[in-house]
This record gives sequence, structure tokens and C-alpha cells, in this order.
Amino acid sequence: MGEGTREVRYVEAGVEALQEEMQRDETIVYIGQGIGPRGGNFRQTRGLWQEFGDDRLRDTGICELGATGVAIGAAMAGSRAIVDEVFMDFSLEAMTQIIQQAANVSYASNGKIKVPVIIRAAMGAVGNAGAHHSHMFYGWFASTPGLKVVAPSTPYDVKGLLKSSLRDNGPVVFLEHKGLYNTKGMIPEGEYLVPLGEARIHREGKDITIVAISRMVNVALQAAEVLAKEGISAEVIDPRSIVPLDRKTIANSIRKTGRLAVVDEAPAMCGFAGEMLALACEERFDALDLPPFRICSLPVPNPFSPALEKEMIPSVERVTKEIRERMNG
Amino acid sequence: MEKATLAGLDVKQLLDLYRGMLQLREFELKVQELYRKGMLPGFVHLYIGEEAVATGVCSNLRPDDLVYSTHRGHGHAVAKGVPGRLVMAELWGKSTGSSAGRGGSMHMYAPEYGFMGTNGIVGAGIPLATGAALSAKLRKSGQVVVTFFGDGAVNSGSFHEGLNFGAVWNLPVVYVCENNLYATEMAFLRATKNTSVQSRAAAYKMPGIEVNGSDVTAVYEAAHEAIERARADGGPTLIEAKTYRFGGHHEGDPGTDYRTREEVEEWKSRDPIKTLREKLLTSEAATPDTIARIEGEVQRWLDDAVQFAKDSPEPSAATVLDHVFCA
Repeated sequence: MGEGTREVRYVEAGVEALQEEMQRDETIVYIGQGIGPRGGNFRQTRGLWQEFGDDRLRDTGICELGATGVAIGAAMAGSRAIVDEVFMDFSLEAMTQIIQQAANVSYASNGKIKVPVIIRAAMGAVGNAGAHHSHMFYGWFASTPGLKVVAPSTPYDVKGLLKSSLRDNGPVVFLEHKGLYNTKGMIPEGEYLVPLGEARIHREGKDITIVAISRMVNVALQAAEVLAKEGISAEVIDPRSIVPLDRKTIANSIRKTGRLAVVDEAPAMCGFAGEMLALACEERFDALDLPPFRICSLPVPNPFSPALEKEMIPSVERVTKEIRERMNG
Repeated sequence: MEKATLAGLDVKQLLDLYRGMLQLREFELKVQELYRKGMLPGFVHLYIGEEAVATGVCSNLRPDDLVYSTHRGHGHAVAKGVPGRLVMAELWGKSTGSSAGRGGSMHMYAPEYGFMGTNGIVGAGIPLATGAALSAKLRKSGQVVVTFFGDGAVNSGSFHEGLNFGAVWNLPVVYVCENNLYATEMAFLRATKNTSVQSRAAAYKMPGIEVNGSDVTAVYEAAHEAIERARADGGPTLIEAKTYRFGGHHEGDPGTDYRTREEVEEWKSRDPIKTLREKLLTSEAATPDTIARIEGEVQRWLDDAVQFAKDSPEPSAATVLDHVFCA
């Protein structure tokens, strides 16, 4: 899985998905700030305006509330729409449209209205952007019935999941990590899809299951390398989508290893990591040899100081240390 | 016989407008009665007094044109052509309602009639309608989109951002402000310095029109021009219809804590339905018999809707998880 013949960057994989799907489906319209001639703040739409023009690449001013409502309205009326919030933090301006409108319409219309809209946003800490440009609140979206929430960690998954999301008939919150945009990975030639709701086992192991999402998958994999040298065999699982969630793959892994650690760049309170612990307790309590535990960002706004932000976010060292201590405790 | 027209409308059109307004009035009076008897769950915001706006606007729309409505939206739904049965059953939470009982008064959808939802969030329909108009333009469908909203919406970001998009992209959308002078209890003149909603159109470089929202033919004319312009790719229009709700904000609010009885009575004296009826009779466009016939038709239509809703089953509890995600 994930093997291929061609190396691309994470950000380029997203552009490829968009290009292929926009060629395939002429009802797709892309709305957002700076996504036209500029090609996106993160180069996440590079070259698309040149190919698809002003009609389908709709550059906007800085007005996420309106742009998001426009995208949702277009999706309700027969188009497929992507609204690019650019930074996830800016989706806060549009939250009422995402939560109150997009998420509710299918249910409240008894399934009569489809809302094929993607809320695309870049999240996470990178480059000491500070408290207004680093948020990781996917848990808020995931707790809202009606929204699917996707957070890929590799170029392969970005492309396959974005293509699947563009064929979904309902709202999908598609979250890329800014710190991953320049990472590279292999993808195959030709078309492929990654379905939502299928976790990926990045590394097999027998002593402990580590569930991580988005950029924390890389941190977990590096920690697993270190732990392997110490004789601890860790299995690393990336759910890839939080909603729908592949509970079975995670539960099966916990049954095998008897232990669960969750690594999450979001703070612990009421979050994704806690949900994984609930899953472990509800579905595999008898199999647990150790209380499941969370390794999360500390509950502080993202500090500006590199020294402080480094302390806040789970590092390979912290993950390794926590797991080692718990395993040996 | 005297020239039987008003505002260039022929007799049939005038009688249709009368019937349309009367449907909305009688429907809401019935909802009020049922609600007070405790037969309808939830809460309702009634359209009584504002009938000329929905009727005058929607009479200009094609079946495939789209309407985005508000929390005070039963009238918009019926005026757009959603059958009274579906609206009444939805208010009753029944499985035969337009949303099979999943939506209720403020989340009522009937896309098969071009009705894209009432809305519990003030102003939310403005960007949505603008987006639907973008879709219509991109798909070259020829559809026009209308969004209704109250004076309570025009100080919100949704209003500004929505109208700005509609204008800059020259979209086929008509923004209809039903200025009933109060956002819940907040008087418009206490909420904003500029109490002319239509004047705000200039900020977006679109035409703005103020119209007497108690005069259905005036609303019809203003909407006609705006809708035709939108359909001809002439861009959006902001219409401000000056109107008034005869009752409180929601059923249960007497509406007199923040409005004087004199003010309420003064507006009631300009009742849009009574006004048109008098004009029809005075101009001899209609005889008392014709009026009585229409009233009978409306009553039978309403009785049928109520009976249908009353007799309909509740949704099956086993369906509670259906349609959370789009199939």
C-alpha cells in the first residue's frame, strides 16, 4: 500500500487529485482566497487556474464566512464545490455554515438534498506561526454528525483520499498538515482511489499499538524505530479519516498487542486521542494489558517561541520516553 | 366594465395573488390554533401580516427557480409551490412532511419544488442562495435564486459577504429583505444608524429598491423587474419590502413588550389581504361571489392539508439514523 513508481510531494499529490477530478467532472468549482493565478498560499492549487480558468477557480477576498456559504449553496444546487479556508484557523469565521448548514442539510431534508462540498484547510504547527495559524481542532468537526473528516499523512493518501472525497455526495472536511506539504512519497502512475474509512497499518508490531494521525504518523513511525532497537515492537496505525472511522482495524490491532498509545498534535481534552481510548475500552477492554494512554500536545495556545512550541507538541523523544516508561512501568 | 387591472396585472393574475396571500394567512392562523392547542411540537414563527412579500415575489418564479428562506418561512414554502399537505405534516413532525419530520418549521426542505430550506440561523440563507446562483450560472440552467431575510440579518457578516459575492460575480440572485422593523424585539432604528436597507445596495453596486410590502402588486412589480434582470444575466438586486408581523416574534410572544398597541393596530389597518380585496371589489375586478368562491377554495385546501397531516403516521423510530450522511 502506498508503493508507486513516481515520487511526488504531499502538496503536489493534492494538485494531481484536483486536476484529474476537475477534468473528469465539469461541475467541480473551487473557491478560496489566492487559489487562482497565485496557485494557493501553499501551492495547493498550482497550475489549476491556468487550465480551468476564472469560472472554475474562483479567487475570493478574505471572507471565509461568505465563501464557505457560497460553496455550500452551490453544492446544494447541483455543483460540486471545494472551499479552501487556506489555514484551518480561518474556518472559524465560517463555522456556522459548516456546522449549522452543511452538516445538517442531508438529515433535515430527509436525504433529498446532497451537499457535495469539500472544506479544505491546512492545519498544524509549522515555522512558529503562533496561536492564530496553528490550530488542530478536527475533533470539533468529528463530533458533528453529518461531517466526514479526513486527515492524510502521505502523498499517496492525499491523492487517493482527495479523489474519493471529490466523489462523495456529502460534506467532507479535508485537512492537510502544513508541516507535511513538502514531504515526499511514492505514488503509482495512473488513477487510484483510497476509500474513506480504511485505516492504514504503516508498520506491523506485536507489543503495542500506536494510533496517530496527520503529521504525528511520522513522529510515531520514528519513535517505533527507536523502540524497536530497544526490543519493543510497535504497530503504527493511521486511521486516515476520523469520520468514518475504521474501528475494526484499530480494535484488531489492540487485541493483538494488548496495549494502546495515541499520539495527537491536538490537545487531549475531549479529543481524537480520547476517542481512541474509548474505542479500546469499549471494544477490547479484556485484551488490555496496560491502561491505554495519550501523548498529546500540551493544553496551551501554540506559543511563538520555538523553544516553547517544541515543548508543547509531541516529539519523537517524548513519544519514545512515554511508551518506554509505560511499557517498563 | 371598468378597466379591471391594477399595476398592469390582469384579473386572473390579481385573483391568483389574492388566493396566494389568503392561503398563507389561513395556513398560519390554523398553525397558530393547532400550536395553542398543543398539537404541534417545537416552536413556530408566523408569517401573518407579511403575505404580500412572499406572494408578490414567488408569483414571478418558475418551478425550477430556487428559494432560500428564513425562520419565518412557512409562507415562503407555500408561495413557492410546496403543497400545503407537506408543510403542515412537517410542522406536525409526521413522516409525510416535506422532510419526513426530520426538519420541522425551521429546517424544512422541498427541493422538488425549488424550496431550498427555511433556516434557523438569521442571515445564513444569503451566502447559500448566492452559491446556488453561482451554480445556476455555471450550469447555465437559467434559474434565478431568491433569498428572503429580515431586517435582523442586514447587520450580519453573512449579508455583507453574500451581497458582495453576488455583485462581484454578477450572479442571478435576488435579495429580498422583509423589513418588519424588529429583529425579535430589537427595533431596527436602535440597531443601526442607516435604516434604509435598500440604500446599502449602493455599497455593492447593485440596484436597490424599496417597496411597500403591504401592497402585493407593488411587490410583484419590483420583484418582476429584479427577477427578469437576474435571468437576463443582469446581476443581483436588493429589494427592501417594508412590512410588519401582526403577531409576536414567535408564537407565545405577545409582541407588545417592545411595540405599542397603536403601532400594531396602525399596521393591521393596512392589512395586505384586506387592501387587495377592497381594491378588487372597488375596481370591479372581482365580485363578492368571486371572493367568496376563492375563500371557499382556500378553506378546502387548508382542511385537506390539516386532515392529511393529522392522519399521517409518525416517523418510525427505526429510521432515526437515516440520512446523516449523503448517499
